[in-house]
Amino acid sequence: MANALVNVPARARRGEVIEIKTLISHAMETGYRRTQLGAPIPRDIIRLFVCAYNGTEVFRAELHPAIAANPFIAFSTVATESGTLTFHWSGDNGFSMTESAAIVVG
Amino acid sequence: MKRRASRREFLLAAGGAAAGMGLASIIAVEPARATPATMQEAIRKTVGSARVNAGKVKLELPPLSENGHAVPLTVSVESPMTEADHVKAVHVFTEKNPQPEVVTFRLGPRAGRARVATRIRLADTQTVVTICELSDGSFWSDRAAVVVTLAACIEEA
Repeated sequence: MANALVNVPARARRGEVIEIKTLISHAMETGYRRTQLGAPIPRDIIRLFVCAYNGTEVFRAELHPAIAANPFIAFSTVATESGTLTFHWSGDNGFSMTESAAIVVG
Repeated sequence: MKRRASRREFLLAAGGAAAGMGLASIIAVEPARATPATMQEAIRKTVGSARVNAGKVKLELPPLSENGHAVPLTVSVESPMTEADHVKAVHVFTEKNPQPEVVTFRLGPRAGRARVATRIRLADTQTVVTICELSDGSFWSDRAAVVVTLAACIEEA
């Protein structure tokens, strides 16, 4: 199963812009490669990444095969309240992975 | 003596003309390479009939990449990121990958800062274009040329 890493500061001041970095292990098979025998290798990529802050979506990324293997995505959000950030990756062949991180805002 | 001189003159003139033609053809070809049709088509599909302006957005990529399998990319946009004036989306396109779309980031006022980063694949030495869509419906773009030594995407497994 895929391994996901998220980097969210444990605490932040209210209204502070925090940077979030995410990394997930995934081959991101492009669908344009062939084996040495010439058989095409079917596409298998993560197509969507969504980040929600206490249930409200704050960021999303639509990925294509040109995203490198083990997708790394960095973005930012405003620390509005204490709670949970959830991260969801979904893609080809029913791929689905969820990770969450707690943040204390004060 | 006079004949030889005229022959030399002729060769010089001919060589100069050939070089000039070569240069002219390179110049004529250049814009077509920098803006391949498929990328333009993909950009049109995204922005519709809106005008794409230069400025406001900054695309950061290494000018030389030894490995096209993972090229770090950062896009930042000058925007206050308020409810009234924020970045809605950031699109990235390439001109020589098998498919022109790379990624679309969707953000809003809750992002606080319009700066996103990821790692992309590049199949060849080429130009990467980013287009950002603001909340007022305007589109802004930036581009960066990357020299790629080891290509990604199309090699054998």
